[in-house]
Amino acid sequence: MSRNTKINLVLLLAVAALAVLPLVLGLGDHKEEPFTGADAEAETAITELKPDYEPWFSPLYEPPSGEIESALFSLQAALGAGVLAYYFGLRRGRRQGEQRALEREADRALTGAAGKSAAERD
Amino acid sequence: MHIAEGFLPPAHAVAWGVASAPFVVHGVRSLTREVREHPESTLLLGASGAFTFVLSALKLPSVTGSCSHPTGTGLGAILFRPPIMAVLGTITLLFQALLLAHGGLTTLGANVFSMAIVGPWAGYAVYKLLRRSNAPLMVAVFAGAFVADLSTYCVTSVQLALAFPDPGSGFLGALGKFGSIFAVTQIPLAVSEGLLTVLVMRLLVQSSKGELTRLGVLLAKKQSRTETEAVAR
Repeated sequence: MSRNTKINLVLLLAVAALAVLPLVLGLGDHKEEPFTGADAEAETAITELKPDYEPWFSPLYEPPSGEIESALFSLQAALGAGVLAYYFGLRRGRRQGEQRALEREADRALTGAAGKSAAERD
Repeated sequence: MHIAEGFLPPAHAVAWGVASAPFVVHGVRSLTREVREHPESTLLLGASGAFTFVLSALKLPSVTGSCSHPTGTGLGAILFRPPIMAVLGTITLLFQALLLAHGGLTTLGANVFSMAIVGPWAGYAVYKLLRRSNAPLMVAVFAGAFVADLSTYCVTSVQLALAFPDPGSGFLGALGKFGSIFAVTQIPLAVSEGLLTVLVMRLLVQSSKGELTRLGVLLAKKQSRTETEAVAR
């Protein structure tokens, strides 16, 4: 494994550790409902600060269940990940193609120098 | 985590919308100019938008015992400057408001202001400052992404505290309350975002040297402009 790949792996592991540690250390245990969304907590805080506040608009479309909602969230992540993977795959392929073309040209130049006909080179 | 639909009083919702609109309009102009003048950058623009899509879909647990998600706006701001990120961030927020009931249309202006305007500008400013003082590229990238993420949620806290001041302790009391919900939760996530942005930037340095040079992220080695352009293609 190259040094580069190793550094990238360490970065990924650090992110994974940061996500897993709060769960493992039970940092949500003091709450009735651990690991809810911060936006839901903010909604609760608003109703505490201003008990008579009524949201004056509701979402045009609301996912009918938690499952559908997480499906749509994964769709969002998958779309993004797909585009990113396409980008890096395309770049890698292009680089390899360019390198091969260069090598081929170098080969041709060699055989050309050895006295082959010009027609063969095209 | 964005401000939920209907959770800002109408006057605030309109005010934040008015504040955000010029940034987004200016951003659309910068974006069309970038695409017209450098069609080859479309792919990388798409990748920057995709990064925001992935990161803002990742709800991660945090030390406070609640969950939030990163923003992914630092990368695009560093690559293409903040105005373009204003557009990419707005698209992401619209997707989440319309399909996921996450954030909302009435709070779109406020959420755009925090995630697509202040976050990218703050991150970009920190990145530029560090680069000017000769900090290594990846240190500046990490700090930029970290600040873009964290400042977004500080702005969200301010927005909510302005709309819902504490009856006893006023704006500051409410700011403490919302800050502990949003900003403190966000600190470890901002670290994660910084690390992931560094990872993607490392992959970009390996795969897209030409384009990074054209965008001024990597320094050109005394190349003439035409040469840099050629490499970019």
